Amino acid sequence: MSRQSNRTTDSKKMNSELFTLTYGALVTQLCKDYENDEEVNKQLDKMGYNIGVRLIEDFLARSSIGRCQDFRETADVIAKVAFKMYLGITPSVTNWSPGGDEFSLILENNPLADFVELPDNHSTLIYSNLLCGVLRGALEMVQMAVDVKFSQDSLRGDNVTEIRMKFIKRIEENLPAGEE
Amino acid sequence: MTVHNLYIFDRNGSCLFYSEWNRKKQAGISKDEEFKLMYGMLFSIRSFVSKMSPQDMKDGFLSFQTSKYRLHYYETASGLKFVMNTDLSVSNARDTLQHIYSNLYVDLVVKNPLVPSCQPLDSELFGTRLDSFIRSLPYYSPRAA
Repeated sequence: MSRQSNRTTDSKKMNSELFTLTYGALVTQLCKDYENDEEVNKQLDKMGYNIGVRLIEDFLARSSIGRCQDFRETADVIAKVAFKMYLGITPSVTNWSPGGDEFSLILENNPLADFVELPDNHSTLIYSNLLCGVLRGALEMVQMAVDVKFSQDSLRGDNVTEIRMKFIKRIEENLPAGEE
Repeated sequence: MTVHNLYIFDRNGSCLFYSEWNRKKQAGISKDEEFKLMYGMLFSIRSFVSKMSPQDMKDGFLSFQTSKYRLHYYETASGLKFVMNTDLSVSNARDTLQHIYSNLYVDLVVKNPLVPSCQPLDSELFGTRLDSFIRSLPYYSPRAA
């Protein structure tokens, strides 16, 4: 599935703890800046979206993966190639809806939340909500409107961390306005 | 052997980048109109090619040629379109266009947060790096054309 990429430059790897801690600092600051958890969740999602729309280009260039034929293939690429490439983990893909338009990513260990313990007064904070925005933004750029949310989070007492993805529609490409 | 010009279009059909090297004849219309004409043609070819194909295609439209030049086309899954015109001796420029996407466009444009997406590029770095890359291609030599 992932053909050999023709890039030679990107061999440097970053310490993932630096990433985890930087993310933690970001969430901490947002919690200080905003009154409530809902708003923090929203901001994280928005930032993630902005990252996702750019990250998809890096991903496509590095993996040389073409357009996916269906949502199952998309799920496979996300779990086995993208998560592996950027977070070093391979979530499992489960809980397909009968129509094949919904599935879950189960994260055994969430690298963003390695050193995190949520205080009691942040029970509605979706700590890793950035990931939802990233997934949504990236998929939007490949013509897929998808609803992404955490349905379980081990930080909030669930057994596993589960991201639920729901396919909404294919975004049609249109001729730009003013074109005859 | 030569490269005539290069267009980059975004997914909405606006021309992000245009550059030319050895183009003896201009279209006789404004650049803006030329970009629209080019994109409209590409859009039609894509839909034509996918409707006429007797089998499911992977890559779709790749190139066309006339008696004088060949147009090479590369589209990413994210809808970016790279179009390069060369003379007829260049049979396949897919790797070249892929290289421009993954090593120049992604590295210098997408990863630069100060470059807004979906707007014409005015990154000087991208322009100069692309120019020197094109000039270093084995089939770039306007004199011989």
